[in-house]
Amino acid sequence: MSIPHVLLALLAEGPKYGLQLREEFEAGTGEVWPLNVGQVYKTLGRLERDGLAESDGTGPDGPQKRFRITPRGEQALASWLRTPPDLTSPPRDELVMKVLVAARVPGTDAHEVIQAHRMYLVELMQQWTRLKEGEARDDLGLALVVDAELFRLDAVTRWLDAADTRLRRAAAEPSRPASVPAPVPQLRRLGARR
Amino acid sequence: MSVLQLRGVSKTYGQEPANVHALGGVDLSVQAGEMVAVMGPSGSGKSTLLTIAGSLEEPTSGDVLVCGMALAGMPRGRKARLRRRVIGYVFQDFNLLPGLTAVENVALPLELDGVAVPKARAAGLVALEALGVADRAGRFPDQLSGGERQRVAIARAVVGDRRLLLADEPSGALDSVHAEEVMRLLHEACARGVAAVVVTHDAQLAAWADRVVFLRDGQVTGRTTRPPGPESLLTPGEIR
Repeated sequence: MSIPHVLLALLAEGPKYGLQLREEFEAGTGEVWPLNVGQVYKTLGRLERDGLAESDGTGPDGPQKRFRITPRGEQALASWLRTPPDLTSPPRDELVMKVLVAARVPGTDAHEVIQAHRMYLVELMQQWTRLKEGEARDDLGLALVVDAELFRLDAVTRWLDAADTRLRRAAAEPSRPASVPAPVPQLRRLGARR
Repeated sequence: MSVLQLRGVSKTYGQEPANVHALGGVDLSVQAGEMVAVMGPSGSGKSTLLTIAGSLEEPTSGDVLVCGMALAGMPRGRKARLRRRVIGYVFQDFNLLPGLTAVENVALPLELDGVAVPKARAAGLVALEALGVADRAGRFPDQLSGGERQRVAIARAVVGDRRLLLADEPSGALDSVHAEEVMRLLHEACARGVAAVVVTHDAQLAAWADRVVFLRDGQVTGRTTRPPGPESLLTPGEIR
């Protein structure tokens, strides 16, 4: 999450005060991501230093100071919006590790491990869906944030379903034992993100 | 009060040794106003569970009670009446009759039950109105969009005084935003006191339910409870 660029996006709408930026940031993200006001001023200071934003005065940052985006800031914002985040290497996912390890530990039922995680994820999705039913109905920012979280959790449940099926198939084929490659070296080779 | 109760329901197809155990000792109770999702992969037995709950198929063993009435031993005519009056079905592929208009499709279960045509059509219009498609009442299914067809199908499932709604992958092939609308509509039906069982492999749809039951190889492998409110999600740590 790039706070500087989100602040630049808010400044692109017109000059704003620090407190106003914090309120608009939180409202625009459905208040799911609260932001400390000190963090706002620190970031604005950096944007000003880098020539991406400018303020009315030269005094210390505070509620009286109004900020606006510079042409360089507009360029930086446009470039950031169109630059895909780095997704080339897989994240070091704890859940993936747990399932990989469960498949190797003697006496451990990997399907039961998978089911425990699946249930937790669906319970979490139920909570996010309650939010969608209620507050997110009339709050576009929140609806988008909730959708993003639901799709992310959904992807994890689908992966668990696929893992469950693959492990069953592998166990049913005696010629191809259900062993899996050692997880850590494999992920290192792929250059896992942390 | 339990609108639907399954007690130790098992279903086996075929004869030994080539028989298939589709369901094994499933217990499930759904209260009025509650939505329960049954989630599982293909072949887990979820559609069998739904057809047994809807009295379209009989279990090999166990009891099914709808509104407190046991289906076992119930005369065929009475069972058919129960299906028409109490149970509504929503299918993946809508199953609207192409030769009937939207309101005729919705009113059909009432007309089959002996309700006079004008009265049945009036009730059909009320159901269409509740689902926001009353202005499509005179259109035929092929003149409706996918989302509208599904709304009409839901209206047909809840028309009259239905108490139990059974839905099999109710969002069909709709995209996620339209699928959400379908779940919202089913949820609203539950808020009016209908009990619903939604069978799906889709976690996003299942998450609309008050409770989720997980099925695998005909066995219940887990159940979620009614989730806490979403407040806890709104107070995470500050981002960096």
